Amino acid sequence: MLHIKCPYCGMRSQNEFSYGGDASVKRPELNKEISDQEWDSFVYNRKSLRGKHLELWQHLSGCRQWIKVERDTATHEIFNTYKADEEIS
Amino acid sequence: MTQAFRLENGGLINRDKKLSFKFNGKTYYGFEGDTLASALIANGVHLVGRSFKYHRPRGFFGAGVDEPYAIVQLYRNNETEPNIKATEQELFDGLEAKSVNCWPSVNFDIGAINNFLKIFLPAGFYYKTFMWPKSFWYRVYEPFIRKAAGLGVASTKHDKERYEHKYEYCDLLIAGSGPSGLASAYSAAKNGARVILAEDKPRFGGSLLTSDVNIGNQSGEDWANSIIAELKEMPNVVVKNRSQVFGYYDHNMLVMSEKVSDHLPKTKKYHPKQRLWYIRAKEVLISSGSIERPLVFGNNDTPGVMLSSAAKEYLKVYGVLVGKNPLVFTNNDSGYETAIEFKKNGINPIILDSRVNPQSEIINEAINLGIKIKFSYVVVAAQGYKKVNSADIAKISDDKKQLGTVENIKCDCICVSGFWTPTIHLASQSGNKTKFKEEIDAFVPGKSKQNETTLGAANGIFTLEETLKDSFTAGQDLSKKITNNDNKISFPNVVEKKSSQHDKFWCVPLPEGKNYKRFLDFQNDVSVSDIEIALKEGYRSIEHVKRYTTLGMATDQGKTSNLNGLQLVSDIENKVVPAVGHTTFRPPYTPISIGAIVGREVGKHSKPTRKSPMHSWHEKNNAVFVDAGVWLRPRYYKQGNETLFEASKREAKNVRTNVGVCDVTTLGKIDIKGPDSAELLNRVYTSAWLKLPVGKARYGVMLREDGIVMDDGTTTRISENHYHMTTTTAQAANVLSHLEYYLQLVWPELNVNVVSTTEQWAGAAIAGPKSRKLLQKLFPNNDVSNEGLPFMGYMESDLFGVKARIFRISFSGELAYEVNVESDNGNFMWEKIIELGQEFQVQPYGTEALSTLRIEMGHVAGSELDGRTIPYDTSLDGLVSKKKDFIGKRSLNREAFTSENRQKIVGVVPLDKKTSIPEGSHLVKDAKAPLPNKKLGHISASCWSVEHDNPFSLAILKDGKNMIGKKLFVMSPLKNKVIPVEIVSSHYVDPKGERVRS
Ligand SMILES: [Zn+2]
Repeated sequence: MLHIKCPYCGMRSQNEFSYGGDASVKRPELNKEISDQEWDSFVYNRKSLRGKHLELWQHLSGCRQWIKVERDTATHEIFNTYKADEEIS
Repeated sequence: MTQAFRLENGGLINRDKKLSFKFNGKTYYGFEGDTLASALIANGVHLVGRSFKYHRPRGFFGAGVDEPYAIVQLYRNNETEPNIKATEQELFDGLEAKSVNCWPSVNFDIGAINNFLKIFLPAGFYYKTFMWPKSFWYRVYEPFIRKAAGLGVASTKHDKERYEHKYEYCDLLIAGSGPSGLASAYSAAKNGARVILAEDKPRFGGSLLTSDVNIGNQSGEDWANSIIAELKEMPNVVVKNRSQVFGYYDHNMLVMSEKVSDHLPKTKKYHPKQRLWYIRAKEVLISSGSIERPLVFGNNDTPGVMLSSAAKEYLKVYGVLVGKNPLVFTNNDSGYETAIEFKKNGINPIILDSRVNPQSEIINEAINLGIKIKFSYVVVAAQGYKKVNSADIAKISDDKKQLGTVENIKCDCICVSGFWTPTIHLASQSGNKTKFKEEIDAFVPGKSKQNETTLGAANGIFTLEETLKDSFTAGQDLSKKITNNDNKISFPNVVEKKSSQHDKFWCVPLPEGKNYKRFLDFQNDVSVSDIEIALKEGYRSIEHVKRYTTLGMATDQGKTSNLNGLQLVSDIENKVVPAVGHTTFRPPYTPISIGAIVGREVGKHSKPTRKSPMHSWHEKNNAVFVDAGVWLRPRYYKQGNETLFEASKREAKNVRTNVGVCDVTTLGKIDIKGPDSAELLNRVYTSAWLKLPVGKARYGVMLREDGIVMDDGTTTRISENHYHMTTTTAQAANVLSHLEYYLQLVWPELNVNVVSTTEQWAGAAIAGPKSRKLLQKLFPNNDVSNEGLPFMGYMESDLFGVKARIFRISFSGELAYEVNVESDNGNFMWEKIIELGQEFQVQPYGTEALSTLRIEMGHVAGSELDGRTIPYDTSLDGLVSKKKDFIGKRSLNREAFTSENRQKIVGVVPLDKKTSIPEGSHLVKDAKAPLPNKKLGHISASCWSVEHDNPFSLAILKDGKNMIGKKLFVMSPLKNKVIPVEIVSSHYVDPKGERVRS
């Protein structure tokens, strides 16, 4: 079980969180004309990275904040965690 | 009954407390402190089972977790448990155990015919033989394999025992209480660190209990006891025996299984049988010791052949002789220690040492005691079927290739020592890439991967002095990092005998003309020839060899077999062992009961149970409950001998003719506040929300980004910037997360707050033609007329002094209202509705009637919004705005979603108006078409229409729009039903929706 540092609550066990996928995905703006391909890649296409991955987790059984976690998908090492609106170094 | 192999004195058992037990139906006696194994050996019982594949007789090989054979079926307190190691099971009065893998009995086993047919059962036998013919699989092969497989029989009864889970945090977790565990725990504890020290055996001390050493002028055992006594007194230390740390997971999370009651005849009241500890440790010290390696020779699986360390443990801990005429076969000094213990107890062992001319303190001691030693000698084969009765021995050439003349000598046991294998399972599980240490012919942990440090024998260090020094220092240094204390411990003086180098020889060649089985893996019956075959057939990767031959598999995980297997592969392949590599060690290190893994989350405890505030009223009024997500909801209220069908029909009918009341507390409720609330709703729902006036509700549908319907419900504008959203019971949690996702990550500029209020409000739906009259009684001071409170209207009021919210919304298709009060007043509201509704024939209705009502009016629910349907499919496309953008809108342009003959919801009525249609059935054009019969759609929900008094179903049907009036067949192969049906509109009742507006 992973040990994740919530930027609001501190170190908590993985079972308090739910996974939210790739944090680098940006939703296209509302009312913007976009191609089928662009929309398709937003909805469906994700890189399945081996290594460093910036991903979303929600601290579901805690502060309910969505946070960003920089994690190695192969080793599960967590390098850093960020608030949703935090600048990522 | 005498214990013929029990010594008069010695050992750590309590001779004052005699215990009676049964093995294979026969009664024996042992002492408190025995294991089942030590008690059986004390009684001269060595035949405990039959082997997995060949059903060869099996005895004891080890004395603890390393035991590959002595696995029994245990009977305790009217329960039975398979896969119990006799070497680990502590004896208690009244214990009963039976052998496994044998039929009809351990002495006469029919499966042993496999042994004589063993030429037919080489490596890969199962893969080769059970391939064809295909038709043999389920009739012949599968029953055979099922009967042959497994090590005992699982109980089919409900396990009444209690298992607990515990979460713990500590500075240092120390796995193993041998010299390295004790030393590191002691120095860390003295430094103020929070320490958990775990020992899998009942007694602390590990090898100190059996080795002839002196620490600080005390015997090893006394020193261990004094350290443990001191640790137990310290408030920052938890000391646990009978506790196996079996898994090392991510981020220094380890799991430990504590056997709380398995050593007792019966679990004490309020105690668990076992407890699983999830431990998050800052530092982990692995002091798991080492396991003696077998030597490989002919028939080395015969009962009576065992590890020399086990023989010594039976002697020193249990006061039991494994034989009275022992032969010790060794390639290192450890065998001598065992021989010396025999000699000290008046037994005359013979030592066969494969080495040419070894010299050391221990060997000198053995010589001085007058023990007979034969150097350059090996055991060629054990003789005897159910028990060793002699050994074929021979001189071996210096290059270990040639055997001299084979002679036979009498003996009743053969104690083998092929040197030591560090127990690196935990280190390997942590991700540590192990390295091969040439001097000890074994793998040891490499660079730490997580915060783990391996100490002592587990790290390939076999001298006590070095082990203690390393361990005191490690405990000191690691705790200092955490506590910043620096309390130094003085190292005790250590006296131990020096050993000489072990022999790299481990596998005795076959004598000419003999074809003895030489076993590597005792649990899985894998012999030298099996590995040879696998390699001949082209298997190279050690992982493949493992799977093909089953070497190192199953519950044993190669504890005694791993290295010899690797050694053999490397010898044949002419490679060095590190190039062959070892297979992956996986948790658990030793079998863990399913009960312990599940813990208390069984039956009703497998998920939380939520009850509405009106639950006790439902109970008192004969409600039959159903699980709805985590909620318990009344399914129907039983009157007299009514069936579910009869009751739900009565309840639904009463809603259509009079008035019914339904507990809708379980609906998800989300409070939405903030100046941008309307904008959020406008983006989340498919329809327009900006113009909804205060005091009005609206039905809405929300999509996922892929265009699939996510949920539906009504949302009411309570005030200018305040909305009350309802969701389905099932999707409540997901919808809240969904809103939070968009508010926090996608549109943080929206000034909106959302919070779940599901449990803050109790809800009652009042539905039926007489509902307005009832509502008026409840709220005499309000204008609840069609003008005062129109369809989709909302008002706040006062229910006899209790704050109430009234929504005019309908799920049943009838004139209906929903009243919400704060949860604490739920029961008061409910009782008022029942009381004042008497004159209108009010009846409560459950989820079954609720379903009937919604199905026959064609109102979609979870069975239609099943994660595969878009608004069009469920006839919700009228609610999809063409003007504004919303979540998932762009996906609705997808080709498949706009296709002309897209699936759509329809109604289905059987032609005979009698036959009920099973949910999940398929709709087909031709019932007699050859298989696979093309599926046109499926039945999503079925009911007995109370309006029409015949069965009615909803279906999602291909080209549903153009299918109305067509005749099809419903097929349910599961229920063996074929029903001719007619496709009708999904709105079977009040298609114009006049009732809800009346
Ligand atoms: Zn948090």
